[in-house]
Amino acid sequence: MSTIQETAAEAHPANIDVPSKKNMGLGRTASWAMLIVLALLPLFVRNFVIFQMTMLLIYAIAVLALNILTGGSGQFSLGQSAFYAIGAYTAAILIEHGGVNYVLTLPAAGIICFAVGFLFGFPALRLSGIYLALATFALAVAMPQLLKLGVIEHWTGGVQGLVVTKPDAPFGLPMSQDMWLYYFTLVVSLAIYIASVNLLRSRSGRAMMAIRDNEIAAAAMGVDLSIYKTLAFGVSAGITGVAGALGAIAVQFVAPDSYTFQLAIALFLGMVVGGVGWLPGSLAGAAFIVFVPNIAEGISKGLSGAFFGVLLFVVIYLVPHGARQGAIYAETLFNKLKRS
Amino acid sequence: MLAGQKLRIVAMSTVVAAFAVTSGSALAQKKYDPGASDTEIKIGNIMPYSGPASAYGIIGKAQAAYFQMINEKGGINGRKVNFISYDDAYSPPKAVEHARKLVESDEVLLIFSPLGTPSNTAIQKYMNAKKVPQLFVATGAAKWNDPKHFPWTMGWQPNYQDEARIYAKYVLANKPGAKIAVLYQNDDFGKDYVKGFKEGLGDKAKSMIIVEESYELSEPTIDSHIVKLKASGADTLLNFTTPKFAAQTIKKMGELEWKPLHIITNVSVSVGAVMKPAGFEYGQGILSAAYLKDGADPQWNDDPDMKKWIAFIDKYMPGANKADSGLVFGYGSAQTLHKVLEMAGDNLTRANVMKQAASLKDFKTDVALPGILINTSATDFAPIQQVKMMRFKGEKWELFGDVISSDAKH
Repeated sequence: MSTIQETAAEAHPANIDVPSKKNMGLGRTASWAMLIVLALLPLFVRNFVIFQMTMLLIYAIAVLALNILTGGSGQFSLGQSAFYAIGAYTAAILIEHGGVNYVLTLPAAGIICFAVGFLFGFPALRLSGIYLALATFALAVAMPQLLKLGVIEHWTGGVQGLVVTKPDAPFGLPMSQDMWLYYFTLVVSLAIYIASVNLLRSRSGRAMMAIRDNEIAAAAMGVDLSIYKTLAFGVSAGITGVAGALGAIAVQFVAPDSYTFQLAIALFLGMVVGGVGWLPGSLAGAAFIVFVPNIAEGISKGLSGAFFGVLLFVVIYLVPHGARQGAIYAETLFNKLKRS
Repeated sequence: MLAGQKLRIVAMSTVVAAFAVTSGSALAQKKYDPGASDTEIKIGNIMPYSGPASAYGIIGKAQAAYFQMINEKGGINGRKVNFISYDDAYSPPKAVEHARKLVESDEVLLIFSPLGTPSNTAIQKYMNAKKVPQLFVATGAAKWNDPKHFPWTMGWQPNYQDEARIYAKYVLANKPGAKIAVLYQNDDFGKDYVKGFKEGLGDKAKSMIIVEESYELSEPTIDSHIVKLKASGADTLLNFTTPKFAAQTIKKMGELEWKPLHIITNVSVSVGAVMKPAGFEYGQGILSAAYLKDGADPQWNDDPDMKKWIAFIDKYMPGANKADSGLVFGYGSAQTLHKVLEMAGDNLTRANVMKQAASLKDFKTDVALPGILINTSATDFAPIQQVKMMRFKGEKWELFGDVISSDAKH
């Protein structure tokens, strides 16, 4: 009797902080609420707000990709803008020179960027921490110049960039180009989000996180470091490439100046603000990089950069773990309310 | 009683009828598109106040100050100008976002003087699809003069290619046997100049240009390029660089004691920002072309038109550095828009604004060089097409020769 009681008590440890299974995702209620908001909002706002929301989703995908790399496998990257640029140019070149349907350019951009990211992952293997950050930073700085190279100017349009045609809604759907593109982006980002959450919950995801937490221990347990590290780079680059392709279609224009390392910094910032390693935070992080510069500019034109810095500082100071912290706080509050 | 009532009804209906007639005729005269009303004209603007090209942000500030001045003087035809300017940080995606916000949310009548070739290329298609004027864009690319394909987009300044053709003409006329070195910035700006220059030289381009060297905007210094160019043995240097690099080049050439025939772009002629930091002694004899007056040049101190500009800066932008050519540029382009809106009168539709912008005849801004006139037509969307050659002497530029029109192709 007593032994059974003991084991039963052990099996249900009360009040112990068990890492929640959903720590990579969002609660079911919250997820549905968020999805409904994202799905319905465009019906009530102007086209340009829809365009902003499309950009929000696109940046959210790019931030999420960085989150998989940094939050998942613990590798830094300040070079995401380079993969974003490759994705954007892949889409633009395929649409404008190849006459390819825009839907097909997304997987193409994803595959090409995956390959580039995977290959870049090999030299990156030898580097870690700040050294890796610097190496990727070099990639981001070099990319705008590489895009200007005379050899590929025929394809890239050189410094003048390429103008991309915006797709109409298919099947004669009665919606504007903006709204169609928004829902298209929403579906793509949803698919990427679900796939990413599943990836991090899978065996590969656990391997990546083991590397993040302790490389030596992970290697001792039989995790193939080089494969998983380069894989993380590849996946992250591939997803960023899809975001870049969507961005090119939404903005209707690609030029080297669109993909400077400032974009890489912005994506990095979005990840930190959203909460490193917490995928739903990508949306909050993207909202920060899309809207906060506008708010800062609204406060003062000459000092917009300074105000942006102040706002960023406030966020980091109040919620150092980003949106994740806010979400946890909201969740406990919600549960308390439910109980009382 | 009854008669009195009838009389009153008749009187009332007369008043109503009279009112209907007058308001009807008023409606016929006044026509508005979004952004214009009896009291206000909304003008949008996109500028890089932050980011890599933030030095140009001063143009937007000068334009905002100009319209503030106009408003204090009673506005344009009695309407106040509401100048809404956004920061795109020189990023094309941000420019698209702002253009859409200006057109769809702020509902401006037109977007005026958005800066930068990439940003303008990014919004050009949208603006033309929406039929909203993209007026007097602040870039010297040649492609803005294309009324056939983009009837809603118009440039303002002389374009880089035409300017470079004028330099080619000058070299061919004055130094036909020149061994030419070309230094250019590796972007749309530099490449436009190189293209125009080679077209200007025509068949001789291959034999005359002995070396071409490019640098990136992000390079901290271009000294090594200068050393290389000197070593090539060239006796003529076409220096297609932006102000910071032009100053570096002049200084380095002085130190190396390399004295070829030296031509710099109109973008880099600022006495305060280029010639002075480079050292006046090194700048003697350098050639360039100009269409605007230099705010720091004492030769304009007694010029009645330029006095207006000086008074404007002193009152509305106190403390601003008069040597900054952006202040002159912003004033000049804003004054051109002022003129166009004045000409549009009470017919403030987007179509009429474009029509008036394309009917400027010999318009002269306060800040343009004497003899430089703004002319446009339905087939000519390049407002300023004239420049004057000038030579640096002492501490200022000396204009020489006639006003050269650059619209004559080749």
